[in-house]
Amino acid sequence: MTAAGWITIFAFAVVLSALALPLGAYLAAVYSGGHTWLDPVLAGPERLLYRVIRVDAGRGQDWKAYARSVLVFSLAGWLLLYLILRTQTLWNFTGLNPEHFHSMPWPVAFNTASSFLTNTNWQFYGGETTLSYFSQMAGLTVQNFLSAAAGIAVAIALIRAIASHGGTSLGNFWQDMVRTVLWVLLPLSLLFALVLISQGSIQNFAHYVSLRGISGVAQTIAMGPVASQEAIKLLGTNGGGFFNVNSAHPFENPTALTNFIEMLAVLIIPAALVLAYGRMVGSRKQGYAIYATMMVMFLGAAIVCYIAEAHGSPAQHVAGLHTGVIAGSTGGNLEGKEQRFGIAGSALYDVVTTVTSCGAVNSALESLTGLGGTVVFANLSASEVIFGGVGSGLYSMLLYVLLAVFLGGLMVGRTPEYIGKKIGAREIKLVVLGILVTPLAALFSTALAVASRAGRSSIDTAITAAHSPQAFAETFYAYLSQANNNGSAFAGYTGLIQPAAGNLGAHAVSFANLLGAFTMIFARYAPILFALAVAGALAGKRVSPAGLGTMRTDNPTFVVLLIGVIVLVGALTFFPALLLGPVVQAVTGHLY
Amino acid sequence: MDTRKTSIRKELTTAALSVLVLTLLLGIAYPLVVTGIGQVAFPGRSNGQQVHVDGRVVGSKIIGQSFAGDPRYFQSRPSGTTPADNAAGSAFANYGPNSRVTERAIRADISAYIKLNGRYYPGGLTAAQVPVDAADTSASGLDPDISVANARIQAYRVAAIDQLPIATVRHLVAAETSGRALGFLGESSVNVLELNLAVMKATGK
Repeated sequence: MTAAGWITIFAFAVVLSALALPLGAYLAAVYSGGHTWLDPVLAGPERLLYRVIRVDAGRGQDWKAYARSVLVFSLAGWLLLYLILRTQTLWNFTGLNPEHFHSMPWPVAFNTASSFLTNTNWQFYGGETTLSYFSQMAGLTVQNFLSAAAGIAVAIALIRAIASHGGTSLGNFWQDMVRTVLWVLLPLSLLFALVLISQGSIQNFAHYVSLRGISGVAQTIAMGPVASQEAIKLLGTNGGGFFNVNSAHPFENPTALTNFIEMLAVLIIPAALVLAYGRMVGSRKQGYAIYATMMVMFLGAAIVCYIAEAHGSPAQHVAGLHTGVIAGSTGGNLEGKEQRFGIAGSALYDVVTTVTSCGAVNSALESLTGLGGTVVFANLSASEVIFGGVGSGLYSMLLYVLLAVFLGGLMVGRTPEYIGKKIGAREIKLVVLGILVTPLAALFSTALAVASRAGRSSIDTAITAAHSPQAFAETFYAYLSQANNNGSAFAGYTGLIQPAAGNLGAHAVSFANLLGAFTMIFARYAPILFALAVAGALAGKRVSPAGLGTMRTDNPTFVVLLIGVIVLVGALTFFPALLLGPVVQAVTGHLY
Repeated sequence: MDTRKTSIRKELTTAALSVLVLTLLLGIAYPLVVTGIGQVAFPGRSNGQQVHVDGRVVGSKIIGQSFAGDPRYFQSRPSGTTPADNAAGSAFANYGPNSRVTERAIRADISAYIKLNGRYYPGGLTAAQVPVDAADTSASGLDPDISVANARIQAYRVAAIDQLPIATVRHLVAAETSGRALGFLGESSVNVLELNLAVMKATGK
């Protein structure tokens, strides 16, 4: 551990918060019909877009209509992406498939389409050996924008329901989606992409470059329109890399500075949405309380992970490596990490990406120490509410807030109420179901995968011993990640066997692909439907003014209660499974 | 108030149209605009910072390449791709922390490093002196950098084999070392390709 490492972690928290404040104000204006400085530029295109897609953006929708729009929009997106992936050679005429790749096998396309639709971006494939530039641009990049917009829209709908003083309208999904794309995602992505290019990320449509190195060794370097995709991959908490190794690749993440900026990009919209929430419900302290909850849990995870990785792994120690910091070397567990990021830059990135549903990685999660691996598992076990995905983090966190209010109300013997609205039996049932569907999907799918031969075939036994804790950890992580729509992986878990680049002769592990796809879709849309149902229940409620007996939800006591509830639900659900995998490795120094 | 007044047919039309129009905007126009600006404003970087020697491309400054089997040059970090430093097929090695496979791989990297550098290093090299980046595989398999400690140890071998004074080689290492960004981000790193090009130049090749 170095001073520079600690400074990195705390500087990150400070800079994130400093940026989230103005962006939060901007977001509140975008979704409340306030004025923003981009209005002169975007108002015209916005109106034109509504005319082209034939929508009356002013028409308010109740929760059922809003939900229906979300589902129909998602279905259309899924179909288009699946088609693009399965017809890859059809688009060769654009010149955007310079390596002439064939289409991926249908189970992988099914999984990939479901994955990008649900903001997961789980990838059973590596981009530079499987996908054309056209597929990455017109297929994946587009869903990166749209899945982010859909998630944010649902969060906004829930915010409006909490803030409303009557009426059942949650807003209009099409308007929220379009405004998110035009006012938030597109401008930020444009700016961020150019920053990335300035630091060394590539952006071209060239053939792969074949060369002979200076010592005579042949090398082929993959190319592509990377920066434009990288920007929205991070800003929309998507996470799917252009290349196989994601943000470990120098073309996606060239410097320690881009590493820092990438981490900011992942958390900036989720953080800002929390602050926008406070503004939109008329009490900024409510937003600060939730923000504080998230920040405390995030920093706790970052600190533990950094310490764990700095300590080094049992395999390193048994092999004789010295893992202390020495002059000129990072020390620590540098297995599966890049030199330019070091231990702190990698550990922090892994924590950032797993507290949200991003899932982009700059280091191999499989190679994290037992304790470091437990941290990323624990982050996922909190169901992505610590900042969380764009939109999904906030609407999931609000369910936990309502649960905490309910439990708190029971403890002090008062009717639970949140921001003036009474939380009754109906609401709390929807809340609990909304909270439980994701963990249940994760555990159910994991159980199916470890119990069946088809499921176990995804473990690469050349590097991971079958029946070892690591093999269990890989499987459990795969379904926990997909259920939480995270998309990161303990990447020894395979779904695609490719003898050569380009998909000729490639075949899929159908079980893993299809089970994963259904897990992702179920655990994305079931919580969305429950969140919207809760919104529907809250929207029409009367607001009663706060009295002397109201339990406060904007003070440190509530923050502690909320953290307790999140930890309790996560621990109760996942403790046994966690013990079998990463915890065993953390606690023993045993080699398998 | 919209409950089911908008027919499902109308919603499907809107959904299909929006996905198509947004594909044109976000999937075609947006990447084209970014490419256009990038190629004009940052032509070298947009295309991967390709390095040329005698008119031909010999690599990318930020993509690691293999110098294995050539002890005149500084060696890159262990790579998990097949073959090593495969920039058309990046891959993690995925070695677990409690795995015997990992232990064996690290032992192999340590002995290869000692075999290559031990006899030139004053006092010989033990496993505990091997820097972690020399025995642990990188994340991308394409790491262009090594640590300063790693470069300093290899400097003795490079100086001896290329018949350069050790002070000169250490000077070259220092010249190719980049410090932490903004003084605290990341780690000091030595770019192996740039360093080897500097070594080539110093030996007059």
